[in-house]
Amino acid sequence: MTPLSQLLPGQFGKLASLNPERGVDQRLMALGLLPGMALKLIRKAPLGDPLAIEFGGQVVSLRLAEAENLIVDVSADCPIQRPRQP
Amino acid sequence: MSTPDAGLLVALVGNPNTGKSTLFNALTGLRQRVGNYPGVTVARKSGTCDLGDGQKVELVDLPGLYSLAAASPDEQVVIDALAGNIAGDRRPDAVVLVADATNLLRNLFLASQVAELGRPVVLVLNQADVAKEQGLRIDAELLSRRLGGVPVVLTSAWKGEGIADVRRAIARVLAQRTPMKRVAWPANIAAALADVAVTAAADTGKEVAAADAQRLLFDGNATTADRIGWTLAQREKTLRSARDRVRNSGYNPMAAEPLVHYAHLRVALEGVVTEGMGKAGRTAAVDGLLLHRILGPILFAGIMLGLFASVFWLAKFPMEWIQSGVDAFKGVVAPPLDAYPMLQSLLTDGIIGGVGAFLAFLPQILILFLFVGILEDSGYMARAAFIMDRLFSWCGLNGKSFVPMLSGFACAIPGLLSTRTIEDPKARLATAFVVPFMSCSARFPIYALMCAAFIGPLYGPGWESVVMVGMHCVGLFFAVPTAFVLTRFVLKVKPQPFVLELPRYQMPKPRDVLWRMWQNAAEFVSKAGTVIFAITIIVWALSYFPRDAAVADRIKAANPAASEEVVKAKVQAAYVEQSYMGRFGKAVQPVFDPLGFDWKITVGVLASFPAREVIVSTLGVTYSVGEGAKADSQHLRQAMQDAKWSEGPRAGRPIFSLAAVLALMVFFALCSQCGPTIATLAQETGGWKWAAGSFFYMTALAWVVSTLVYQVVIRLL
Ligand SMILES: Nc1nc2c(ncn2[C@@H]2O[C@H](COP(=O)(O)OP(=O)(O)OP(=O)(O)O)[C@@H](O)[C@H]2O)c(=O)[nH]1
Ligand SMILES: [Mg+2]
Repeated sequence: MTPLSQLLPGQFGKLASLNPERGVDQRLMALGLLPGMALKLIRKAPLGDPLAIEFGGQVVSLRLAEAENLIVDVSADCPIQRPRQP
Repeated sequence: MSTPDAGLLVALVGNPNTGKSTLFNALTGLRQRVGNYPGVTVARKSGTCDLGDGQKVELVDLPGLYSLAAASPDEQVVIDALAGNIAGDRRPDAVVLVADATNLLRNLFLASQVAELGRPVVLVLNQADVAKEQGLRIDAELLSRRLGGVPVVLTSAWKGEGIADVRRAIARVLAQRTPMKRVAWPANIAAALADVAVTAAADTGKEVAAADAQRLLFDGNATTADRIGWTLAQREKTLRSARDRVRNSGYNPMAAEPLVHYAHLRVALEGVVTEGMGKAGRTAAVDGLLLHRILGPILFAGIMLGLFASVFWLAKFPMEWIQSGVDAFKGVVAPPLDAYPMLQSLLTDGIIGGVGAFLAFLPQILILFLFVGILEDSGYMARAAFIMDRLFSWCGLNGKSFVPMLSGFACAIPGLLSTRTIEDPKARLATAFVVPFMSCSARFPIYALMCAAFIGPLYGPGWESVVMVGMHCVGLFFAVPTAFVLTRFVLKVKPQPFVLELPRYQMPKPRDVLWRMWQNAAEFVSKAGTVIFAITIIVWALSYFPRDAAVADRIKAANPAASEEVVKAKVQAAYVEQSYMGRFGKAVQPVFDPLGFDWKITVGVLASFPAREVIVSTLGVTYSVGEGAKADSQHLRQAMQDAKWSEGPRAGRPIFSLAAVLALMVFFALCSQCGPTIATLAQETGGWKWAAGSFFYMTALAWVVSTLVYQVVIRLL
C-alpha cells in the first residue's frame, strides 16, 4: 500500500482507498476513480509537481499534495488498459 | 407546427470538451467559440434549432461539467438551467446529453445523474470519428435499449455527421417524452432519500423532487438547500440521520452516489463497446516529448519565442503594404484640400494618420490569433498549464487560474469570464484580480511600435523578439507576487485543487482557428471605427485649436531671414505647443517627468485610459499635426526618433532614449487602461470595490515601476 504521491513514473496500481470527505477526491470519484480502479502514474511535471495520472482511458493532472490521500495497491496485478495496437 | 414562441426549450448538457458547442453550432447555424480544452464555454448561450419538419425549438448551449455536485459558478449555471432556476427561463422540455464516444463510462456518469431529473433525454455520442479511428465499435441500439429506450445517436459534430439524426431524435423525445432509465438505489439509500424528500417538503411546504433530494443528501454544499429554502436548523438533524442510514448500509455517504451510478453503468455498458483494430493514439508519444522533464520547458519557451518572432517576421510585408496604402491615400486626399487647411489637417493628420497608425497592426493581430488558435485547438494549452502549475501554486493560485490567465494574453475580458470555472470564490477573486496583468493583444501595438522604431534599428531584429517576449512577461512577473499577497494575507484563500483533464491532441481544425482569428480581427477593426476614431478626432481637435493667426505672424516676424520650409515647421511647432492639448499636456507632464515622458507622450498616456491601443493613434496624431500629407509612417517613426527635449535639464537630448522607450512599454504593461476590463471586473466580482482597487493598484504600480526603470537605465547608459 503506497500513497499515489510516492509512485514512480510509469508505475501501475489499483486504487485501494481515498478520502471521500475531501473535495478533490469527490471530483476524482466523479471521473470514475473509485476503489479498485486501475491507475498509472504517467509522469511528473518538469518541476516535480503536479502529476499526470491515467485511469479509465483518460489523463488527469493532480497535485502531489492531493495525491497523498490516494492509497494505491502496487502489488495488484492490473496492467492498465494499454493503447490499442494496430 | 410550433415556433420558438411556443416555448419548447432544449438544453445541451455534458462533460467539458465533448463537443457541445460544436454540436450547438451545427444545429443552430450560429458560431459559438469552441476549443480543445475543458472550460471554453462559461455561460449559457441560446439559439433556434430547426427540428427538420418545420418545428423550431430554442436550444441552449451550456458549460461542461463532470457531476451535478457542482461547485464552481459555471457549473452552477447548468444546475440552475436544468432546474429552470434562471430568471426568465423555463425548465428545459428535453435534455440532449452529449458524451465523448471514446470514453463512455465516465461521460455517462453525468448522464445518469441527469436521468434522475426525469426529463426526456437524447443521448448523443459525439466524436464518433475518433472512436472509429481508435477501432471502437459502439452498439447504439443496444445502449438505447439498456437505457430505457432513449434515442442514442452517434455523431461527428465537427464534420456535420449525424446532425439530422439528432434533430429527428429531439423531435421524437419531445413528442413521446421518453425519460432515461434511472439507477436502482440500494434499499437503505432509497429510504434515506425518501426521508430527506418528505421532511424537506414538510419543512418548506413545497414539493421536493427526487433529484433535489439526492443533491441534499450527497453534497457537502448547501446550494440546493438554499434554493428550496430549507434552513440549516431544519435540515441538520434529518440529513445527519439520513447519512447515518447510508453509512450503516456500508456506503460512505460522500461516495455512495458515484459508486452506485458507476456500478449501474458498468452493467448498462456491458457488450456495448467492442474494441477492434485501430490506430493507437499519438497523444502519449507527443506528451513524452512536450512534457519531457528537460525538453518540455525548453520547447515551451521555444514555442513562445517562436510565436512572437514569426508574428514580426510574417507581418512585416503586409504591414508595409498597409502603411504605404495609408500614405498613398493621404497623398490623394490632401492636395484638393489645400485651400481648406483645417479640413485637410483633420482628415490627413487626424483621421487617416491616427486610425491608419492603428490599423497598420492588423496583420500582426491576425497572425498572433492564428497561432493562439492553433495552440488552443491542438490541445497544448492544458499542457502549458501542467508545466507551469508549480510556478503558480506557491502563490496560492488555483491551477485552474492558469486558463483564465492564458486567455488574458489574448484579452482580459474572456479571461475574466473564464474565472467562473474556479470553485472557491476567494480564489476566483484573486485570479480575476491578476488577469488584467496579462499582456493582452491591445498592448501589442505599442510594444511593436517601440520595437520597430527603436529596439530593432539600434540593436537588430533579434532583440525585437527578446524584448517582445520580455514585455509579455512583465505583467506575469508582477502578477504572481500580487496574487501571493492577496491569497495569503488579504483573502486568506485555502490551497486549491488542480484536477485538470489533459485532452488528446488533435490536428487544429482550420475552420475553428480561422473563425477565431476572423472574430478577433473584426473586433480590432470595429474598434478602429469607434473608440479609436472618436478619441483620434478629440485629440486632433485639442492639438489643432486654438489657431490664432498672431502666432504665425510673430514667428514670421522673428525669423525674417529663414527659408519658407523652416518657418513653416516653426509655425506648426508653435501652434501645437500653444494648443489646448499642448497646455494641458505641459500642465500634467511633471507627473510623468520621472518616467521620462514629454508632454506629447503624457497626452498619449492620458488619452489611452479608456483603451490602451489609443496610444498608437495618439502618437500618430501628435507627431504629425500640421505635417499634412508629408507625415507618412516612415516620417512618423523618423519624427519620433528625431524628437528632442526643447527645455529643462534634458534639453537637446532625444526624448525616446532607451530608458524612456523601456519605461513607456513597462508603463503600458502594468497600467490599468481598459474601460471594458474594469466594467467586467466589477460585474464578475459583484461590485465596484475590487474594480476600483484594481484600477488604482495597477496604475500606481505602473508609475512606480516605470519610474524605477527609467531612472536606473538612464544612469546605466
Ligand atoms: N474529431 C472530432 N472533434 C470534435 C468533434 N466535435 C468537437 N470536436 C472538437 O472537440 C473540441 C471541443 O469542442 P467544443 O465544442 O468546444 O466542446 P464543448 O463541449 O463545448 O467544451 P466546453 O465548452 O469546454 O465544455 C474542439 O477542439 C472541437 O473541434 C467531432 O465530432 N470530432
Ligand atoms: Mg462549449
